[in-house]
Amino acid sequence: MTLQNDKPALIAQKALWMRRRAFKMVFDAQLGHPGGDFSAIDIIATLYFGVMNYDAKTPNMPGRDRFIMSKGHATGALYTALCAAGYFPEDWLDTYMKPRSMLNGHPNRNYLPGVETNTGPLGHGLPVGLGIAIAGQMTGADFRTFVLTGDGEIQEGSHWEAAMTAGNRGLRNLTWIVDRNRLQQGAGTEETNGLDPLDKKFEAFNWDVAMVDGHDPAALLEVLSAPAGDRPRAIIANTTKGKGVSFMENKASWHHGVPNAEQFDLAMKELV
Amino acid sequence: MAAPAAKTEGLYDCREAWVATLETLAASDERIVVVVNDSVGSSKLGGFQKKFPDRLVNVGIAEQCMVGVGAGLANGGRIPFVSAAGCFLTSRSLEQVKADIAYAGFNVKLVGQSSGVAYGELGPTHHSIEDFAWLRPLTNLTVIAPADPWETAEAIKWAAAHDGPVYIRLSRMPVPALDVPNRVFRMGKAELVHQGSDVTLIGCGTTVHLAVAAAEALKAEGISARVLNMATINPLDEAAVLAAATETGAIVTVEEASVRGGLGGAVAELTASNHPVPVERVGFPGFVPTGSVDWLFKEFGLSADGIAAAARRALQRCRK
Ligand SMILES: Cc1ncc(C[n+]2csc(CCOP(=O)(O)OP(=O)(O)O)c2C)c(N)n1
Ligand SMILES: [Mg+2]
Repeated sequence: MTLQNDKPALIAQKALWMRRRAFKMVFDAQLGHPGGDFSAIDIIATLYFGVMNYDAKTPNMPGRDRFIMSKGHATGALYTALCAAGYFPEDWLDTYMKPRSMLNGHPNRNYLPGVETNTGPLGHGLPVGLGIAIAGQMTGADFRTFVLTGDGEIQEGSHWEAAMTAGNRGLRNLTWIVDRNRLQQGAGTEETNGLDPLDKKFEAFNWDVAMVDGHDPAALLEVLSAPAGDRPRAIIANTTKGKGVSFMENKASWHHGVPNAEQFDLAMKELV
Repeated sequence: MAAPAAKTEGLYDCREAWVATLETLAASDERIVVVVNDSVGSSKLGGFQKKFPDRLVNVGIAEQCMVGVGAGLANGGRIPFVSAAGCFLTSRSLEQVKADIAYAGFNVKLVGQSSGVAYGELGPTHHSIEDFAWLRPLTNLTVIAPADPWETAEAIKWAAAHDGPVYIRLSRMPVPALDVPNRVFRMGKAELVHQGSDVTLIGCGTTVHLAVAAAEALKAEGISARVLNMATINPLDEAAVLAAATETGAIVTVEEASVRGGLGGAVAELTASNHPVPVERVGFPGFVPTGSVDWLFKEFGLSADGIAAAARRALQRCRK
C-alpha cells in the first residue's frame, strides 16, 4: 500500500476512537448532542487526519488551515478531534461539562487551543469563515478555510448573506461542508422548512458544488483535497444522524438524547 | 439541548403552567397562534401542536424571521405567542424585537424559554442573562418574570388580554409555589411576600423563593427583611422601590441575570436619583464559567446564604 492509500484507513481508525470517546463523554456528563457528533465525525476526522495543515503545538501558526465548527453543539466530535490531533491531553476530555472545565457544552476559543471561534448559536460559522477567507485573500496567504455547518442550521438567513458575499467575491480559499443528515432538533429538515434542492441553491450563489458520502473517508479525502477552482466550494456531505449505533441512526430524539448504562454498553459493542 | 430538569417533590417546572394556560386560552380564542424556531419540544408545545396544528408556525432555525413573522401575524389580526429559548429570542432577534415589535408597537407576546442560566453547562451562548438589560430600555415592552406556576399562568392570561407587546421570561428550573394569601396578579406592581423593616430583598422569577429563604435565615439573627416579588421588570414599580428605600434603608436585588442593567440596575438608577441607599446586586458579573445551573447558583451567591450575606453587606454599608 502507498502512503496515500493508507490515509482512509488511518482516518477510519481515528473516527472510531472519536465515536467511542465522544459517547463516553456524553454518557459521563449525561449531556451533549451525540446524534450530531456521529454524523460529523468522519468529516472532521478526514479534515484533521488527511487534509488540513496545522501544528497542534503552535495553534496560532499564521499559515494554518482553519476549521470552523459552526454546528457548535457537536462538541463530542470537535473535542475528540482536537485531542487526537494533539492540542491537549486526553484527561481533559474527562472534565467535559464539569464546573470550570475548559470543555464547555459549546466551544470557547479562550479556553481551548485549536478552537478558531466560539460557536453554539447556529448560523455564525459561515460569516466568520468568510471573514477569515477574505483576510487570507487580502494578505495573499495560501491557507484554506473549512466551515462545517449542520443542515437545519442553514435555515438561518446569515448563511445566505455570507454565501452571497463569498460567491460574489469568488473566494476560492473557502470550503463549506454541509452535514446533510436531514434532521434538525425536533424533526426532519424537509418537514420543518425544506432545504432541497441545496445544490441548485448553492450553484445559483456562484459556488462550486460537490456531493459526497459523508461517512466514506476515501471519498471525503478526494473531494476535500481537490485543488481549489475559481470560486468557493460547497460540499454536501450526505450523512446519517447517529451514524454507527443502530438504535440511534436517523432518530431526532438522539439530537440531545443521552444514553443510560445499558444503551452505552450496547453502543460500545457496536462501535468496533 | 440540556436534559429536562428533574422532577422534585413540591417543585414545579413553570413550562407546564405556560402550556396548560395557553391551550385553554387558545381553545376559546382562535386568534391565538404560536410561532417557534424548531423549538416545539423545548417550549413544551407538542400538545398545542396536536390540538391546533394549523395555528403553530415553525419557521425553522431562523429567529429573526420568527420575530418578524410575529409582527406580521399581529398586523393580520392574530395574537401571536412567539416562543423560543430566551437567549436566541432576545439576542439573535434583538433588532426585530426593538423595531418590529416594540417600536412598531405590535400586539406580540414574546415568551423566552429556559432563560437565565437554565442551560447551565451549555454555556454563555445559551444563557439569557443579558435580556433584562437589553429589553428594559424598550419602554413600551412589558417585561415579566413570573416566580412560580400560579404567577406564570396569570401572566400568560394577562398578556393574552393586554393589547401590546410583552416579554414573558420563563425558566425550566423547578421552583416551589410561593406562599402568599389571597394573591391577585397585578402587572407593574411588586408583591409583598415577606414583611420586614431592616432591609428589603427584591427578587424576580426563580430567585424570589431564595430571597424568602434568606429572610427566614436573617430573622434568626434578628434582622427583619422585607421580600418583594418584582415580577414586572418593565414598567418598574417605582413606588414600591422608593418605599423600600425610605422605610428599610437598604436594598438587595436578586436576579438570575447579569448584575448590569437588569433589575438591580433599575433599582440602583431609581434610588440613586431619588433616595440613595445602599443597594447590593446579586446576580452574574458577566459570562460565567462552565457549570451546572445548581453550581452556578451557589457559586454566584444565588442562594439563601448568598443573599443573606449580601443583606449583611448592605446593612454594614448603612452603618458607615
Ligand atoms: C440560533 C440558534 N437557534 C436554535 C438553537 C437550538 N438548536 C441547537 S442544535 C439545533 C438543531 C440543529 O440542527 P442541524 O443544523 O441540522 O444540526 P445537526 O443535525 O447536525 O445536529 C437547534 C435548533 C441554537 N443552538 N442556535
Ligand atoms: Mg441536521
